[in-house]
Amino acid sequence: MSVYLRVIMIAAALSLGLLFLFPMWKIYLQAPQYPEGLELHIWVNKLGGSSESVLQNFNILNHYIGMEKIHPDSFAELRYMPYIVIAFMVTGVLVGLLGNRKLVLVWVLLLAVAGAVGILDFYLWLYKFGTNLDPTAPIKVPGMTYIPPLFGSKQLLNFHALSLPSWGALGIFLGLVLGGLVYILSKKSVKPQLA
Amino acid sequence: MRALANKLTNLRSGFGLPLALLTGVVLQSCGGDKAGSSQASGVAEDAAAAVYVPPGQHDELYSFLSGGFNGQVSVYGIPSGRLLKVIPVFTQQAENGYGYNEETKPMLMTSHGFVPWDDLHHPKLSRTDGMADGRWLFANGNNTPRVARVDLKTFETVEIMEIPNSAGNHCSPYPTNNNEYILAGTRFSVPIDMEKGGMGDASLDEYEEKFRGSISFIKVDKDNGDMELDFQVLVPGFDYDLANGGKGPSEDWVFFTTYNTERAGTLKELGASQNDKDYLAAINWKLAAKYAAEGKAHEMPANYYHNKLDHGTHTAKSTIKKTVRYLLPEECPGMMYLIPAPKSPHGIDVDPTGEYMVVNGKLASSLPVFSFSKMQKAIENKDFDGEVNGIPVFKYESVLYGEVKEPGLGPLHTEFDNKGNGYSTMFVSSEVVKWNVKDLKVLDRMPVYYSPGHLMIPGGDTKDPYGKYMVVMNKITKDRYLPTGPELLHSAQLIDISGDKMRMLLDFPTLAEPHYAQAIVADKVAPNSVKFYKLDENTHPEAVKSEKDVKVTRQGRTVKVNMTSIRSHFAPDNIEGVQVGDTVIFHVTNLEQDWDVPHGFAVMGANNAETLIMPGATQSLRWVPKQAGVYPFYCTDFCSALHQEMQGYVRVSPRGSNVPIKFSTGKPKPVPPAQASVN
Repeated sequence: MSVYLRVIMIAAALSLGLLFLFPMWKIYLQAPQYPEGLELHIWVNKLGGSSESVLQNFNILNHYIGMEKIHPDSFAELRYMPYIVIAFMVTGVLVGLLGNRKLVLVWVLLLAVAGAVGILDFYLWLYKFGTNLDPTAPIKVPGMTYIPPLFGSKQLLNFHALSLPSWGALGIFLGLVLGGLVYILSKKSVKPQLA
Repeated sequence: MRALANKLTNLRSGFGLPLALLTGVVLQSCGGDKAGSSQASGVAEDAAAAVYVPPGQHDELYSFLSGGFNGQVSVYGIPSGRLLKVIPVFTQQAENGYGYNEETKPMLMTSHGFVPWDDLHHPKLSRTDGMADGRWLFANGNNTPRVARVDLKTFETVEIMEIPNSAGNHCSPYPTNNNEYILAGTRFSVPIDMEKGGMGDASLDEYEEKFRGSISFIKVDKDNGDMELDFQVLVPGFDYDLANGGKGPSEDWVFFTTYNTERAGTLKELGASQNDKDYLAAINWKLAAKYAAEGKAHEMPANYYHNKLDHGTHTAKSTIKKTVRYLLPEECPGMMYLIPAPKSPHGIDVDPTGEYMVVNGKLASSLPVFSFSKMQKAIENKDFDGEVNGIPVFKYESVLYGEVKEPGLGPLHTEFDNKGNGYSTMFVSSEVVKWNVKDLKVLDRMPVYYSPGHLMIPGGDTKDPYGKYMVVMNKITKDRYLPTGPELLHSAQLIDISGDKMRMLLDFPTLAEPHYAQAIVADKVAPNSVKFYKLDENTHPEAVKSEKDVKVTRQGRTVKVNMTSIRSHFAPDNIEGVQVGDTVIFHVTNLEQDWDVPHGFAVMGANNAETLIMPGATQSLRWVPKQAGVYPFYCTDFCSALHQEMQGYVRVSPRGSNVPIKFSTGKPKPVPPAQASVN
């Protein structure tokens, strides 16, 4: 494997570091009386938002419909996900140093699986929050659930919810694309040597 | 996506304006005949467009109009004339609990006890390099001499300083160009007891010998704005009316108008109007500060209050000061001079260059303009015409630059634009007169409705006025608005001064009686506006920051309720064990951490007001129940869809009853079958 490809592989691994610099996903809420909007930021290791107190403000609004309080402690994922990411970064760098094409493939596939599991897990949480409603809630709309969109927008009572991946998710995307590229390009560069 | 939405909004407002104009035209053509009076004729044709701020958009300037006898400051947007806020300063405000709740009561304490009202005349913005900086607003209490500071981050009164040895703090508060000092002169001279301090006793026949005036020099902390009375200058027993600071070449000086130099003690209407000339007093404040620092100051006992709001606890605390330093002009050469000015002058205004001092002699037929450079020369040449109490008096001609001839009747105040013009109000002939400061020629006149007092050009008292608008404040409104019985509101009129001729744009009723006003471009204030208080930074000793920590405790006959409010409930909302005659203090912490979510708190039968608690703050309301019963309390500010449900009960038992203290919020919830527990 050429030096260039090894460097790209290491870059693929390091691009996951974006997850520690930016949120993975953002949920935007807008309502007539929230012209400034409310943003919930989902990081690999924490929950944040457009202001320090965004979780409290989400929870105040959500308690009227009986949604469970969102609290960072409820998500075990926030504790172990950082280690998984670090593991991917370390192994990715090692794969780059070794320059082993098969290991590149394994790394990319594992990252893809991890990403998919992450998105599935995220959806399950959204589903749980959106449907597990307190029967004594002050506002009950028959048949109404409040599952926020996973991707794209949705009207939830007075709130317009928009859910989009953020810069952190780009880290995973770059990891997959660059890793995949290394795998494909390394095949081509190997051929002339054999011929 | 939001950018697109913004574009759409802009597009919509683009259509909105022509529509509104069209409506205006239609209305005018319908009502024109009926109004048909001279009042409509003075209005600029495109006035509606000039003052129209479309819904959802912001004004260009903040203006701060004093409330006069309501003791408040009203904040209006310019050019729309929309009322943005009323800031209670010297007067209790039941609306939000200012002066009623435990935290703000100390703000209105004085050496005379609790004084819940005052007469607020002159707001003045704090300054940096001679320009309004948008940090603080200072204002005077005229009746029980006080100077207040309003913080423009929160639009709250954060400090009030009582002024000793003063009576009628009218000539106040005038900041120097970097707030080094705020100057406050007394309107009424009084006998001052130098031995015991404060106001002394004297027969009213002894006015001439025993009565003295005082001018206070209040130091302002550069960083946090805190005031401190550094020293006073004890001046002859005249009435000190108004003041204004120099700028540029004259920035070390402050000028004060005086009347009653006759020193009449009764029927001043006549007694104070006998001399053909009174004085404009000129004080070199830098020299005064130097004399005070160099040990020329004497000290006398005093007794005055200094009340300050602590940011963390959001609570005002009073400190009682026991001494005051003073200077005597006769011992401080070069510090003070007197310039003869036409009979009983009112406003003194210094033009943006700092060279010209305009004295508005309300009973004079011309408007004299004095020259600062001529004054400097006269000092050099000792061009004096006697002295009063050891203070040199200049010859009128040696300091006079010239007079504006026949400006109108009853000139009261002057402000300046940025093109070398002065604008003066004529109280008696009910008009504003524009004149050129250099050649003293009258350029334009405009009738105003009716009897204007002060006028205000944004920055018109600084070295660089914002010469686009002028606000004239009128004392009499009579037929200008729909009648409302004998008591009518005063009015402000907005005039476009950007062109050669003045153009009347708008008038709007104002609260109580605006005297002076200040204005500043919105960009200097709006970005710093606080949205809510951070709960983490709340250091109120009675604050509870979590519903887990709420409590009700009895100490003797006092019951302390440490409670919280958040949409849409109080914790606790059921309280028992209070007895008739107990003093109950509700310490309510608003747990919200979002913009525009205050919660109010009111309890039935309280001989008190409500209190309005901003997010993150703690406020305390005192209540002494007089009868047994179950008393509701509730949130008074419509906070949420379930605001009406935001209420609770206090059970008050007869004196000596054995009902124990008990409190709760909600009942333990049954776990719904086949579902995980919800919190």
